[in-house]
Amino acid sequence: MKFDKPAGPNPTDRMRILGKPFDRVDGAIKVAGQAPYSYEYHDIAPNAAYGVMVGAGIGKGRIATMDTRDAERAPGVLLVLTHRNAPKMFGQQKKQNTTSQESSEGSEEAKGAHAAPQLQGRDIKQHDEAVAFVVAETFEQATAAAHLVRIGYSAGKGRFSLTEGARNAKPNPEAEDAHVGDFDGAFAAAAVKVDVTYTTPNQSQAMMEPHATLAMWSGDQLTLHTSHQITHWSTEGVADTLGIPHDKVRCVCAYIGGGFGSKLEVYGDAVLSAVAAQKLGRPVKCALTRPQIFNHTTHRPPTIQRLQLAAGRDGRLLAMGHTTWTGDQEGARGELATEQSRLMYGGANRKLETYIATLDLPKGGSMRAPGEAAGLFALEGAMDELAEALDMDPVELRIVNDVQQDPTTQDKVRPFSDRKLVECMRQGAAKFGWDRRNRRPGQMRDGSLLIGHGMAGGIRNNMVKASGTRVTLQSGGRVLVETAMTDIGTGSYTINAQTAAEMLGVPLDRVSIKLGDSLFPKAAGSGGSWGGNSSTAGTYAACMALRTAIAARMGMPADAEFVDGQIRAGGRSIPLASAAANGPVVAEDTITYGDLEKTYAQASFAAHFCEVAVSAVTGEVRVRRMTSAFSAGRILNAKTARSQCLGGMTMGIGAALMEALQVDERFGYFANHDLAEYHVPVHADIPDLDVIFVDSLDTKSSPMKARGVGELGICGVGAAVSSAVANATGVRVRDFPITLDKLLPHLPKVA
Amino acid sequence: MHTEPTGGVSRREILGTGAATASMLAAPAMAAVTPDKAREADPPLVRVMLTVNGKPENLTLDARTTLLDMAREHLKLTGSKKGCDHGQCGACTMIVEGRRVNSCLSLAVMHDGDTITTIEGLGTPDKLHPMQAAFVRHDGYQCGYCTPGQIVSAVAMLEEVRSGAPSFVSPDLEHAEYSDTEVRERMSGNLCRCAAYPNIVAAIGDVHAGKKS
Amino acid sequence: MRAVTYERATSAQGAAQASVGHKGAKFIGGGTNLLDLAKLEIETPSHLVDVTRVPGLDRIAPTPDGGLRIGATVRNAELAADPRVRRDYAVLSRALLSGASAQLRNKATTAGNLLQRTRCLYFYDTTKPCNKRVPGSGCSAIGGLNRTLAIVGVSDDCIAHHPSDMAVAMRVLDAGVETVMPDGATRTIPIADFHTLPGKTPWIETTLKPGEFITAVTLPKPVGGRQSYTKVRDRASYAFALVSVAAITGPGLQRFAFGSIAHKPWRVEDAERLKGADAIADRVLTGARSTDQNRFKIALVHRTLDATMRGETA
Repeated sequence: MKFDKPAGPNPTDRMRILGKPFDRVDGAIKVAGQAPYSYEYHDIAPNAAYGVMVGAGIGKGRIATMDTRDAERAPGVLLVLTHRNAPKMFGQQKKQNTTSQESSEGSEEAKGAHAAPQLQGRDIKQHDEAVAFVVAETFEQATAAAHLVRIGYSAGKGRFSLTEGARNAKPNPEAEDAHVGDFDGAFAAAAVKVDVTYTTPNQSQAMMEPHATLAMWSGDQLTLHTSHQITHWSTEGVADTLGIPHDKVRCVCAYIGGGFGSKLEVYGDAVLSAVAAQKLGRPVKCALTRPQIFNHTTHRPPTIQRLQLAAGRDGRLLAMGHTTWTGDQEGARGELATEQSRLMYGGANRKLETYIATLDLPKGGSMRAPGEAAGLFALEGAMDELAEALDMDPVELRIVNDVQQDPTTQDKVRPFSDRKLVECMRQGAAKFGWDRRNRRPGQMRDGSLLIGHGMAGGIRNNMVKASGTRVTLQSGGRVLVETAMTDIGTGSYTINAQTAAEMLGVPLDRVSIKLGDSLFPKAAGSGGSWGGNSSTAGTYAACMALRTAIAARMGMPADAEFVDGQIRAGGRSIPLASAAANGPVVAEDTITYGDLEKTYAQASFAAHFCEVAVSAVTGEVRVRRMTSAFSAGRILNAKTARSQCLGGMTMGIGAALMEALQVDERFGYFANHDLAEYHVPVHADIPDLDVIFVDSLDTKSSPMKARGVGELGICGVGAAVSSAVANATGVRVRDFPITLDKLLPHLPKVA
Repeated sequence: MHTEPTGGVSRREILGTGAATASMLAAPAMAAVTPDKAREADPPLVRVMLTVNGKPENLTLDARTTLLDMAREHLKLTGSKKGCDHGQCGACTMIVEGRRVNSCLSLAVMHDGDTITTIEGLGTPDKLHPMQAAFVRHDGYQCGYCTPGQIVSAVAMLEEVRSGAPSFVSPDLEHAEYSDTEVRERMSGNLCRCAAYPNIVAAIGDVHAGKKS
Repeated sequence: MRAVTYERATSAQGAAQASVGHKGAKFIGGGTNLLDLAKLEIETPSHLVDVTRVPGLDRIAPTPDGGLRIGATVRNAELAADPRVRRDYAVLSRALLSGASAQLRNKATTAGNLLQRTRCLYFYDTTKPCNKRVPGSGCSAIGGLNRTLAIVGVSDDCIAHHPSDMAVAMRVLDAGVETVMPDGATRTIPIADFHTLPGKTPWIETTLKPGEFITAVTLPKPVGGRQSYTKVRDRASYAFALVSVAAITGPGLQRFAFGSIAHKPWRVEDAERLKGADAIADRVLTGARSTDQNRFKIALVHRTLDATMRGETA
């Protein structure tokens, strides 16, 4: 099914099952500890050997010496893989017409776009890249033997500082810069302006389940149980790396212990387990160790952002300048922190630029709302500063600068498909009690705590991806849904089951659902907040096809209604189950898209309102309450969508107050590489958070009329927190995270 | 308990004597290690008998085996999760002799004779423990990976509150009482990156109050 | 983790003997720090002497002079919840409860807590130089990342901090560390003399002798006063202190010990005769040598002490 016209009325509008706050269909097995994650398939691989990766101890340079003899003769060791005995592997090939292939999204991807070669020589490109892989009979033996691989390095000179790199940064080819009107002239002439620089650090996704893979071969067929957000990216990545056809690799990603972008790529655990399993003729499994994850896998790259905002006395933006400097390895995209500023607010004169410096730190990648999460800290922080300069309420400042069409695209009018930022602001403000805020900083106290209120808007670009599903009406009337879609905690199991139940008119408990197997129809996967909307749209398409097939089989018209377990048309009603009396009915379809993404600006919106308490003694900041309002089109499950928002809000609080990978610029690595030193919020950091969904339907996004919600929650949170801290203390910290050492010098003397 | 310089001598020296000579002569293996090579042997395995989820278990283990790896790799009880293996996340939480502990930092051999409860011992998908059911009801999880640890921890935590044991946020050390603030402090040893925290606190509140649905 | 042999000690002296009888032997109690470090091969024991089942070591009992004798293997959680500790040594209870997580406190022991090792990032990275881990290899923290590290008592070889909360309370309470030697000889080491400064031998962290085994920590009879433990940290719980202050104040009574600012729990008794937080803090921090990253700890000590003395923080 091609979605190329705005959706009209369709069976999803019944909303008998969709939208309702159903408990997760995979809930019982998760809470009982029965949901199998990739490392946990004893039943199919009772004799799996244990692989442990050895990571490089330098950030850049060469392996000078390597001695594996002690490791090889250590008890239980079966195999030691290094650059000397690893097979030749293949990386991404240059984008050329001759080598390009159609990706499932229909766009051209370079061959090997997801490949991840390991152990291909002595050169070290990043800290903790694989330099050896030790396989043994037991986990204890493999771990001990991994320490026996003796490696001498010759450290090279690396580029590890963004501050230094920014001086020679080049325009970022991955970013869409824009110059509209006369920015310089308008900025210079404006009555009120702010010109401020914000910085954000490297951050880690830090999902709870380490990247893990169980690899097993049967002849030339490889099966991986692996923790990856997009089943076919994993399949293609591993196959391309090993130089074997895609259909020789099956990936199962049935349960994934979080990803947040980290598991969009293939890493050493998958590739090296596959190689070792082939060499040993036996299943091999490997989980990255927690300390390896921080440097071996991707992270959110750092930014320096200059915001130049100018407004008239009425608050209307006259000039909007946002320049980002980011850094990443050669060819990687860094953090595209300027992007949201194309769409967020009006202003006739615009300068939006992104520069990238080549760094030799670990390769950056996606982390929840790549671009916006860092960019909105700066943009919305600067808006708060502008409001202060204007002596205007920050909510009103946003409202006067709201737009209903893309303010940056010049050549044609591009309306928003559904933009309810102002409604988010108003509803959030009312629920929070924003009108009781004291605009003057440092005025509210609770004992030794300084209290402050801050707010910020949020936007997350909406993306859609091709996604397929197979739906089967089984004898007895049960419905089986199968798709390679993954559930990384997002609720995909539940909302796809709800979609099928709604479409076919059966109760939710009549639906069985299987996800995360590359043998199932290729699906959107979990990334970029496209998964929920796109995969349910695929299930919608398959259900429409199944309805057609069933109607044809039963001699009913094509527009028959499927409701209450019945097929109804023209006064006739027959039980749905009867359609499968002579055998199951199967239908499969894939949703694809036309150009509605181009003709309409599509984005989800948020508004956050936050109260912080800052210790006047120590500068410790704690969030006391937060109300956030979200507009994301149709909410497919009110319970799981709310949870997604809670997660985003919490990660935003973490980013604002504690999260930073600390770069040791001498050794070229992130030195705080564990969960004791890379702080993510704990229970005690997070109060009861208040989530509001603003009603809306987005008919331009998909037949589900939904948009992405998974990343929306984090968008803008950091600025709401920093603005609240500024309101509490009068101190504006423009450098994430807002740790107490940054506040302390500015706090009044105690007593 | 004195502290020695752990790296005072090179690893090769620590590794020891006769075998080192043999390894100098051995050609480096380039492919799979052959089993007939001269190699060091691990120390003898140790016998461990304990009760897991009411069932007596009799195991022969490497002394290094943690309770977590014992459960996950030997007993195939994979409900307890390995999130960090260093006591920094709480996903591996088990109840040992009535107390919640990080099983990743516990050697199985040190728990010979002990009684252990893992998530599998609390309830099954068909017959959930009230805490498990409350987590489902309140969506106290997303990816599910920290979830068994949260649930096991919460069950033991309520017992700690009932016993009157204080926490760092108890206003009065001698009279600790249940509150959401207490729950947040007491549950802080269980990280949840999906951040179901508010829902977890609500789920625990239900169980504390004896609510069924 | 390297392969280990294992034995279960049945008496304190037996444990001490076992540890000298094996090269590379280590006592193991809660294991929360030792196993963490052993997995990373920062600690490399080849023989573990399990002391958790030595009879009597898990008891808390009154001493003849009105104090408490806390067995070496008493768990942190149990000690914090002990009614006598809650009533008479609140600073200790609070300090224990501020540390780690409930799960870790259920395992960690009294003796083990005194011996916990630094959280310096480079100590934890076996691929990086660290004089504490590999004597003579150099200090990566000096000139590296050192925001959380020590500001007083540092040396050119090491600026690591001692991360314990409990030990800070023990210091302010004038605890004593009871030990037994392999030959059966016993002694009590005043807590003030128990931990050492890094100097030129940062791998030496206590005055324990080879084989010497901690049997108990003793507390003198209660001194009363208002007792508090303030812990300043980057997140609300389950985080190591940036600075902590253990305080006992009352009429004619003023004692302060500080955590996470030195290689040992830091207390300067001389300073306690002075008046006013700034004067006391100045004396406490005499000779401080901070870095650009951890200089904030100086202000933090002043401010936290001041608030503590005014009874503003718990």
